Amino acid sequence: MKLVIGIVRPEKANDVLEALYRAEVRGVSISRVQGHGGELERVETYRGTTVKMGLSEKVRFEVAVSDPFVEPAIEALRDGAQTGEVGDGKIFVVPLERAVRIRTGESDEAAVTPVGG
Amino acid sequence: MGAFEAAIAVAQVDSGDTAWMLTSTALVLMMTIALGVFYAGLVRAKNTLNTFMMCISSLAIGGIVWALLGYSLAFDGEGAILGGLGHVALNGVGLEPQPGGTVPHLVFFAFQGTFCMLTLALISGAVVERMRFGAWMVFATLWSILVYAVLAHWAFGGGWLAQEGVLDFAGGVPVEMGSGFGALAAALVVGARKDYGRQALLPHNTVYVLLGAGLLWFGWFGFNGGSGIGTNDAGVLAFVNTMLTPACALFMWFVLDLIRGRKVTAVGAATSIIVGCVLITPAGAFISPAWAMVLGFLGAIPCYAVIVWRPRTRVDETLDVLAAHGIAGFTGILFLGLVAQFAWNGVADGLFYGDAGQFASQALAAAVAPAYAFGVTFVLLKVLGALMPLRSTEHEEAVGMDVVHHGEEAYLTGEGAILITPESGDEGEVPVANPI
Repeated sequence: MKLVIGIVRPEKANDVLEALYRAEVRGVSISRVQGHGGELERVETYRGTTVKMGLSEKVRFEVAVSDPFVEPAIEALRDGAQTGEVGDGKIFVVPLERAVRIRTGESDEAAVTPVGG
Repeated sequence: MGAFEAAIAVAQVDSGDTAWMLTSTALVLMMTIALGVFYAGLVRAKNTLNTFMMCISSLAIGGIVWALLGYSLAFDGEGAILGGLGHVALNGVGLEPQPGGTVPHLVFFAFQGTFCMLTLALISGAVVERMRFGAWMVFATLWSILVYAVLAHWAFGGGWLAQEGVLDFAGGVPVEMGSGFGALAAALVVGARKDYGRQALLPHNTVYVLLGAGLLWFGWFGFNGGSGIGTNDAGVLAFVNTMLTPACALFMWFVLDLIRGRKVTAVGAATSIIVGCVLITPAGAFISPAWAMVLGFLGAIPCYAVIVWRPRTRVDETLDVLAAHGIAGFTGILFLGLVAQFAWNGVADGLFYGDAGQFASQALAAAVAPAYAFGVTFVLLKVLGALMPLRSTEHEEAVGMDVVHHGEEAYLTGEGAILITPESGDEGEVPVANPI
């Protein structure tokens, strides 16, 4: 049981969702985050003030999956998010100690397996 | 204008008329900003500023082109196809009224100029979220001469449509059908956004959409109410009709929304306000208030149908200028041919009041204006497209037009922004984590 975290370009978020859906990975949380990876900063000017934008908008996916779904989830994140340019983001996989489905009280593997799956 | 005529004309300036026309001019200028708010709300957040800037740039382009050339081509003389060059760069446009007018010629020029600005802004709705800003500026400059000034001459300036007896109170031909059918051509030539038809591309701020539509309606009282060029019967009737038709279109849209989706939508409401204002634009002071209400109810239906149908096609006419302006203007100009009443307008009767010839004239305008606007816009953009790229790259489209074309963002948090001070000189010396 792992938590797969993917940080991707906001404009690729829809493609990632689609890829995850096709990989039959259900249950995902996303949040808007700002971050700095390798991408070149944008320079913006507001009247006389010129600034370098050091942080870029990203979307953070969190997917809790049972072990057989770890590789498909990673694949889906890569497929959906890759453009080949610097700034495509990163995927982190971390071990998950417990998971509980609030509605039923099911825990662990049962809790991260899709309903009816 | 001869000295004798001018001497008579000076005596004819009416302070009340002039005051209202100055006010109307300012109201119409505000409509371009209101349209910017409306359009900006309808696009995605990353394209907010670019969309707004297309409208803002119309103020500069329309204002300059109108003063230098457009006004002369539209309003100098009664040539069938084009006016003359007698008013180029405001030559002969002064404080005296034109023959038969009651407001200074300059006021008339300025009032008509704000129409040119607004029409340019309208057509941008077809190409937002992907057209290059530079290409847009070039296109808008040429379009304001080749399409707007020509159609304005035909309908308002004594050109051949006016000579054929076509009635167009406040711009069904040049403003509404000109922008609407031009927009369809522009959308076809520039092409769809890369995500069109693959992803849901949704309005990012519906409150802007409603606010913009409301301000447009407010401005439209100057647009239609000022098109009598004074505080005369025509101005008053058009003003009141501008209250009634959109109110009816708005209500009708609620009904259509309920029938179709069982919910009354806010974006639909905003759209219907504009549809209603456009419907009454050509009919203005030619029809009775009662018929103006009927126009609102009935005219909403074809526009609603096109707005529902268009997104199912491959034509990414992004902000539905065709439906809200082209189709509504088309409907309004035909409807006026049916119900115009001499008793109200002192000019002509429509088909229902005994003059089938008037309907034929209106049908001529409804056939010619869309064809001209579509054809010229199509060719113009094809030629421009051969000379310069019209649209941004896919990557730029993904990043968003605001950052790519303007180096600004609409919704900025300021986090992670590093000030580049003059002392630090070259931006390369700014102390930031070097990623590579």
